[in-house]
Amino acid sequence: MILDGKCPKGPIQTSWDRHRFDLKLVNPANKRKYKILVVGTGLAGGAAAASLGELGYNVEAFCYQDSARRAHSIAAQGGINAAKNYPNDGDSIYRLFYDTIKGGDFRAREADVWRLAQVSNNIIDQCVAQGVPFARDYAGYLDNRSFGGAQVSRTFYARGQTGQQLLLGAYSALARQVKAGSVKLFQRTEMLDLVVVDGEAKGITVRDLVTGEIRTHVGDAVVLATGGYVNVFYLSTNAMGCSVTATWRAHKKGAFFANPCYTQIHPTCIPQSGEHQSKLTLMSESLRNDGRCWAPKKKGDNRPPNEIPEEDRDYYLERKYPSFGNLAPRDIASRAAKEQCDEGRGVGPGGRGVNLDFADSIKRLGEDTIRARYGNLFEMYEKITDENAYKVPMRMYPAPHYSMGGLWVDYNCESNVPGLFVLGEANFSVHGANRLGASALMQGLADGYFVIPYTIANYLAKTKPGAVKADNPECKKSIEDIKAQTNKFLSINGKKTVSEFHRELGKIMWENVGMARSEESLKDALKKIPVLREEFWKNVKVTGKGEELNQQLENAGRVADFLEFAELMSKDALHRNESCGGHFRVEHQMPDGEAKRNDEDYCYAAAWEFKGVGNEPELHKEPLTFENVHLAVRSYK
Amino acid sequence: MSAHTSNTMTITLHVWRQAGPNAPGKLEQYEAKNVSPDQSFLEMLDEVNEDLIKAGKDPIAFDHDCREGICGMCSSVINGVPHGGQVRTTACQLHMRTFKDGDAIYIEPWRAKAFPIIKDLIVDRNALERIMQAGGYTSCHTGGVPDGNAILIPKPEADYAMDAAECIGCGACVAACPNGSAMLYTSAKVAQLSVLPQGKAEAAERVCAMVDAMQENGFGNCSNHYECQAACPKGISVKFIAKLNREYQKALFK
Ligand SMILES: Cc1cc2nc3c(=O)[nH]c(=O)nc-3n(C[C@H](O)[C@H](O)[C@H](O)COP(=O)(O)OP(=O)(O)OC[C@H]3O[C@@H](n4cnc5c(N)ncnc54)[C@H](O)[C@@H]3O)c2cc1C
Ligand code: FES
Repeated sequence: MILDGKCPKGPIQTSWDRHRFDLKLVNPANKRKYKILVVGTGLAGGAAAASLGELGYNVEAFCYQDSARRAHSIAAQGGINAAKNYPNDGDSIYRLFYDTIKGGDFRAREADVWRLAQVSNNIIDQCVAQGVPFARDYAGYLDNRSFGGAQVSRTFYARGQTGQQLLLGAYSALARQVKAGSVKLFQRTEMLDLVVVDGEAKGITVRDLVTGEIRTHVGDAVVLATGGYVNVFYLSTNAMGCSVTATWRAHKKGAFFANPCYTQIHPTCIPQSGEHQSKLTLMSESLRNDGRCWAPKKKGDNRPPNEIPEEDRDYYLERKYPSFGNLAPRDIASRAAKEQCDEGRGVGPGGRGVNLDFADSIKRLGEDTIRARYGNLFEMYEKITDENAYKVPMRMYPAPHYSMGGLWVDYNCESNVPGLFVLGEANFSVHGANRLGASALMQGLADGYFVIPYTIANYLAKTKPGAVKADNPECKKSIEDIKAQTNKFLSINGKKTVSEFHRELGKIMWENVGMARSEESLKDALKKIPVLREEFWKNVKVTGKGEELNQQLENAGRVADFLEFAELMSKDALHRNESCGGHFRVEHQMPDGEAKRNDEDYCYAAAWEFKGVGNEPELHKEPLTFENVHLAVRSYK
Repeated sequence: MSAHTSNTMTITLHVWRQAGPNAPGKLEQYEAKNVSPDQSFLEMLDEVNEDLIKAGKDPIAFDHDCREGICGMCSSVINGVPHGGQVRTTACQLHMRTFKDGDAIYIEPWRAKAFPIIKDLIVDRNALERIMQAGGYTSCHTGGVPDGNAILIPKPEADYAMDAAECIGCGACVAACPNGSAMLYTSAKVAQLSVLPQGKAEAAERVCAMVDAMQENGFGNCSNHYECQAACPKGISVKFIAKLNREYQKALFK
């Protein structure tokens, strides 16, 4: 099937305004008759639930944490982009649009990206009105910083906790609606199934994580804003509970999964310190402004870094990319670090790390200047590693960070299943094959505050409110299925824990479907994943009962889904026989190691249809056309 | 430099186990073996749990998510101190190198009247949510707000608001307070919003509503022990409590 993103035709500059006029409305008196289920309370879901509640819809919002404020958006550090052009340095909606398309290596839909750039300015205003304490200058004006992939300063920030402050803003708007009675919150509640009635999304089946109760909530539309899936790698910068479960189970009920192979590996994270490691911590990319990356020239050189003389060091980024040096783009920097370690020249425990050395900068600028620039990062680093980076180089290693892929949606953020809308990191819409820094926060809030309130009305206006009741056979069936799965987990009583399986899956994915992928590695993954999955269903051990708080059981469901999803991700990576953005196929590279796209054959979004576990999924293509930017080789030289 | 040491430790744990809200609870003893100094405190608990599961026993339930000190989910009293007593450190940021081989560690849930125990180390913190819902917001609508630079905010005020806004809502302040008061938590939000021009219009109603909610939800009064500030993993200052008191007085005499 050729998919249609249903973008407005005509000049892109006015496309969103014209589209908004064409969308149907729901009259104010009727809004409260419609119930909308919003799964996820991060930037995307929190903003959506608050805005829809304020409009008068009857909203139920769900999250697995004990508070809406704890969604993983809370962990974002750096900042949020907007095309305000406050610094007068040449920014514009067009430039933000252009940078995002180019940053995504020409694999995103133009109209969606244009809209994102257009509403970016409203986001900043909205957050200021909520009391988000953005950084300001002494005159009281909003301050900006620069981020990768852009030559203008368009990033707004709140110290190193931008995500936290934006989320607390959305959370406060949500709290206001809870008080007003328009939003009902269900915390510690996990969505485990999508209920589809006559082809349309009309409910979700959830498990109450405190009592273990499994029940269905019915509504007139379902909004998924459940975040990203990079925990498929086991170790990542995501929170422990982040999973593919909500989107995967919607996929199994008919929603297409788009570009699952597009994942972002962030170059500067604190390396794993041992087998016990449970997650990885990101360190801001800005460190590469003053830090020099190097590895010992000799394999297995165990000397402390400060005792390795200059001539025995390889400043590999400076050597390989003389024009960009240590500021080579994210994907290149990540792959280069991996290469050093693969060759046996990595540093630190397990040899999975490279040095990020500040000694020269400290000599040149003084320790105080470095402290003023990065003090909080050095402190964070010391907390985890117990090392003083003013004295010895930091050790860094790339880590899975963000998923550009997600459920396929059209311009209205509606999936191919009518009534199912997908927002934020959970959808595939705007970042193409690579996301630029400070653009995920922007997307989440754009979708939640300024897109879904308009587009959902267009669907609801065509439906009769309350058409599906809780006693619908589809609801009953869904509950039975989930109960059966729960019982299955508890009855296997095998020998390996859920975490052991997750770790093993993570290893397969990291080694074969990570920073560098080849036909061989992907085929290897496709051989190993089903074997591991089969073993999981025979040999996993989950203790306790279903009718109680049972964290092993929660985790078992998430890992079971990753074991299925991993196969689709590998298939997508194998099918995409080109390199683009974060998807790097070693067979396709430029002489300088840059990703080599193949626009002739792969200038499309790949949307996969589920055909049963272990069965060949069906590929649907949405061709991408570029009318407002010139399809060109991405270069940052 | 203690990193990369291969010396592992054996630690005796005394962990609060309680099957449910109404079940009796007691401290159980476990041995954590081969603990690496580079391991985080929660990773040490993970391994104890792996052993428990393999032995067919119920693993220790504890809250956690981000494991980098920002989500506010982790919550245990470690050797009598919420989050373990390292300066500006959450339980998930605590590393085993701060302990020695042979140490005993007591691990208990937040204890406060307003936080009923759900299971083991997990408590119900919904009372904190209800304080926010009472007034922890500005009543702006989505859309229809002025340009972000239309109202200037002097840097000192923006910084003051940010200092208060760093609260992660974990509830350690409540657990540390002999009265089980949520004063630090509540005051941080009141201070943030009352210093910003966007929040001033509703300052009086807000402080009254939030203080009322605090009292209605089972939190005790503040009698200036300041244990909250000492326990706060984000270093939120008790100066915000003074600010709340001033705002409250102003509101009463309005
Ligand atoms: C360490 C880190 C730093 C980052 N820094 C930046 C930055 O500086 N700038 C930037 O732009 N981006 C940054 N990002 C990316 C950005 O933070 C995320 O992409 C974005 O916040 C995702 O928002 P979201 O609303 O889509 O999902 P999330 O915030 O992840 O929210 C997901 C929600 O869904 C709920 N949920 C999930 N599954 C279920 C289920 N099955 N049932 C019920 N509820 C469920 C969760 O409870 C949660 O409420 C960073 C990411 C990380 C990890
Ligand atoms: S787990 Fe998030 S703060 Fe500790």
